[in-house]
Amino acid sequence: MDRRTEMHRRERRRYVIGYGGSLLLTLVVFGIAHQFGIETKGVYLTIGLLGLAQLILQLIYFLHIDRRRSSREDLDLILFSTLVLLIIIGGTIWVLGNLALRMHMHVM
Amino acid sequence: MRRAPRHSYPGINLGEDHASAHKASEVVTFGFWVFLMSDLVYFGLMFAVYITMIDAQAGGPGPHELFDLKSIFAQTLILLTSSLTVGLAMLALKYNLPRARIVLWFGVTLVLGLCFLVLEVRDFMNMAAQGGIPQRSGFLSAFYGLVPLHGLHVAAGCIWLLILGIQLRVMGMTDLVMSRVVRLALFWHFLDLIWIGIITIVYFGGLAYG
Amino acid sequence: MTSTDSAFFGRLTWDAFPITGLIQNPSANEIIANAAAAIVIVGVVAVVSVLTWFRLWGPLWRDWLTSADHKKIGIMYIVFAIVMLARGVLEGVVMRAQQAAGPGDGFLEPEHFAELFSTHGTIMIFFVAVPFVFGLANFLVPLMIGARDVAFPVMNQIGLGLTVSAGMMLMVSLVVGEFSTGGWTAYPPYTGAAFNPGVGPDYWIWAIVVSGIGTTLTGINFAVTIYKLRAPGMKFMRLPMYCWTIICSSILIIFAMPPLGVAALLLAADRYLDFHFFTNDLGGNMMNYANLFWLFGHPEVYLLVLPAYGIYSEVFATFSAKRLYGYNSLVIATMSIAVLSFTVWLHHFFTMGQSALINAVFGIATMLIAIPTGVKVYDWMATLWRGRIRFSVPMLYGLAFLMLFVIGGLSGVILANPTVDYQVHNTLFLVAHFHNVLLPGVLFGLLAGYNYWFPKAFGFRLNEFWGRVSVACWTLGFLLTFMPLYFVGLMGMPRRSFSWEDPSFHPYMIIAVIGALVITCGLFSILIQLWVSIRDREQTRAPVGDPWDARTLEWSIPSPPPPYNFAIIPKVTERDDFAAAKERGEAYPAPDAYEDIDMPRNTGIGFVLCVFSGIWMFALVWWIWWLAALMTVLMILAVIIWSFDTSTEITIPAEEVRQDHEAWLALVHSTPAVDRDHESAPENRGLARPDMEAVT
Repeated sequence: MDRRTEMHRRERRRYVIGYGGSLLLTLVVFGIAHQFGIETKGVYLTIGLLGLAQLILQLIYFLHIDRRRSSREDLDLILFSTLVLLIIIGGTIWVLGNLALRMHMHVM
Repeated sequence: MRRAPRHSYPGINLGEDHASAHKASEVVTFGFWVFLMSDLVYFGLMFAVYITMIDAQAGGPGPHELFDLKSIFAQTLILLTSSLTVGLAMLALKYNLPRARIVLWFGVTLVLGLCFLVLEVRDFMNMAAQGGIPQRSGFLSAFYGLVPLHGLHVAAGCIWLLILGIQLRVMGMTDLVMSRVVRLALFWHFLDLIWIGIITIVYFGGLAYG
Repeated sequence: MTSTDSAFFGRLTWDAFPITGLIQNPSANEIIANAAAAIVIVGVVAVVSVLTWFRLWGPLWRDWLTSADHKKIGIMYIVFAIVMLARGVLEGVVMRAQQAAGPGDGFLEPEHFAELFSTHGTIMIFFVAVPFVFGLANFLVPLMIGARDVAFPVMNQIGLGLTVSAGMMLMVSLVVGEFSTGGWTAYPPYTGAAFNPGVGPDYWIWAIVVSGIGTTLTGINFAVTIYKLRAPGMKFMRLPMYCWTIICSSILIIFAMPPLGVAALLLAADRYLDFHFFTNDLGGNMMNYANLFWLFGHPEVYLLVLPAYGIYSEVFATFSAKRLYGYNSLVIATMSIAVLSFTVWLHHFFTMGQSALINAVFGIATMLIAIPTGVKVYDWMATLWRGRIRFSVPMLYGLAFLMLFVIGGLSGVILANPTVDYQVHNTLFLVAHFHNVLLPGVLFGLLAGYNYWFPKAFGFRLNEFWGRVSVACWTLGFLLTFMPLYFVGLMGMPRRSFSWEDPSFHPYMIIAVIGALVITCGLFSILIQLWVSIRDREQTRAPVGDPWDARTLEWSIPSPPPPYNFAIIPKVTERDDFAAAKERGEAYPAPDAYEDIDMPRNTGIGFVLCVFSGIWMFALVWWIWWLAALMTVLMILAVIIWSFDTSTEITIPAEEVRQDHEAWLALVHSTPAVDRDHESAPENRGLARPDMEAVT
């Protein structure tokens, strides 16, 4: 078997692993929701963390982002974008959540 | 694992069989990543608006009345599978498999994308039948501002797939077309990532806090 | 949609044209509105006549509108910005005159005054500052980093097309219908459908959405260009300071334009589709808009001012004949400002009603920005220190900046304190503050850059005398107009008031309108300077390309540069490579061999999208749905058809490159070098004799 076929097989395996992992995580998430309901904070936290796990899984196996090679502009870009997103989404929720609390906007 | 040559684009790439296409697409692919991050901020802000408006139901129907988790589950599986098939189309291109194989994976992706859209639109129609229209409340406005935005992206991706399929036929496997396939694959995977955010925050988050 | 709307013209009727108002009710207000409309129409007719008379349509189309050359796109951006600047300045004068005509109601209707401050702000930010900043960047960045074009030349052209078509919407709003009355920030409920069901806010929304897309494309382009297209050896820490500011500015665009797009589109959803994002009822929250808008708005001011800092850095170094002092600290300061600018947006609405803790956090974050800015000011002063300073026009703008900008910056630190902000929120103190940073900060920088790089773009220098007059007018005019506003602001005069009663404001208002007239003189002296310079261009030609004994790569090539910029891509060995080469006597090397150069071919896609998007916006504003749908389809089709075009490049043969380059090298060797004492004399043909070694 020549090297190209070998590489092809290896790359295809990456996609299949990513797909299988994502599928599993999806099933678990919907299973939890079905089994326990999502009324409690603990359950929702679990679902949120599993969602995050699936994000990372797909970034690695579908989008081929990893931290091994040092010259990874994409990773830098994604990390910076994540920082900006955390600032603006977190800030928005903090500021408007605080406003809603002080204006008693929840009692509607 | 073999290290990539120094100048090659490290992420999704066209590999050494297509050295010229690879080099040409390096700058464009990076530019496309930058565009995706800008687009990501769009989605991020819509998520933020949704979160701040989860309570703004104004006495109208809320998540518990409107969300159909079975349909969402089906949509999730469809979109996830299409992310795999677009990846396989990329690989078929990268390793010079027969064009029929590329067209096959393109076709499967397109059909899956359309199925996803049909299910999504059916969901919206069911919601509307129960009074869940965007004009009803701030919460529903935020919902319809975000989820159809993702749907619109998927629709744009479907058009792109179709055009690229035609270009593969008309223009052949030129460097330009191959670099576009790389970008389409990136775009499609990106939409799947956004969808994970939507099920986690919009649907499950809505059910948990709405 | 009401029953009077027709299927064909939407809600467009004869009442939309200002002449109808003049016939029904002749007043000063209507006369001014009609005069403004007439200026637009006369301007269009004049341009069309001139182009037809001199048979310039062909050259305009071939050499400019379809060009993908970054230099030409940059020049078109700047022409557009200067046209819009003229309108913005005149609107400012009318506003100052209205307030000076008090106490009482002045001569304008309240709605007309509200339209004026809305268009003035929208134009000055989105259609003067942004296109001017990115016009200069377009022209300069590839030249500075040793590249032949930007990363995506066609996308660059599309960005220009979208920006111009959006700007045209503001011109159209003078003639058809009216503009928004909700300020440049377009806060609901002023701009909501319940309060203002007219077309004004819709003009604002679509102009902002379309120009925002254009700006985003430009930002992506420049980030990728600087990241990927640098010449060999041009490491990041060897980049000219200007390129650093452009890369930071591009990053700000990439992450800060989306909030503006989201805010404008959600407002459109409220107005067009009866959504409830920002409405008063059914769960809408208008503070969500303020939050989204300023998530964009604050980074926006830094994306404008950082490139101006970059220009000053180049100008101070060149006209002091020294290396830029504290390069590393300037780079770090620029990056810090870019990141910090994402953390301060709340200081625009301290009075919203959130807790004191949140206000304190954002107030402190705001004050932190003063630290890197202070670092920069000291670095610039240290660059001047013991330099061989020439007081030419860019340097004069720079010195005016150094002194005036610090005042504006300090008034910003005052405003960053929430307790003070509660007192002066929405007063003219704030107006004085941001004009104090935007005029000396951004506009003076852009004008300095215009004077500095003009000979590079056109091969001849600008007239020094009229340049000095313009500096004097702008500086004096700025001081007279905006310093009084600090005082009336502290006395409690609200911004955007079309009338006022307190007689103690009057003297300040009179001084301010005099200042506005002096600024108008500044505007006209820029136009006169351009006219005189073109008339006398034979005396100021500098074809060799280095009239200022400057330091960066763009001065090492002919003026104007050839389409391919560099006959041979330079190999960079250190920062300020060209200055070092001149010192070693190794500038202007003759290459061993030339090669064919691929350049982007002309394309009409940018112009096509400009026209289609313009009609699309107009159709949406006037509810002409069939036309909007048609234009949407046409725009998508245009892009698809363009994507089938494979011959996107033309090749310039090596022989042609060799001939041009050798002719220029011969010119270099036959031109007498001039020293700095004769910089503005006719014998300055662009070959510099460094008469002072670079001091570090």
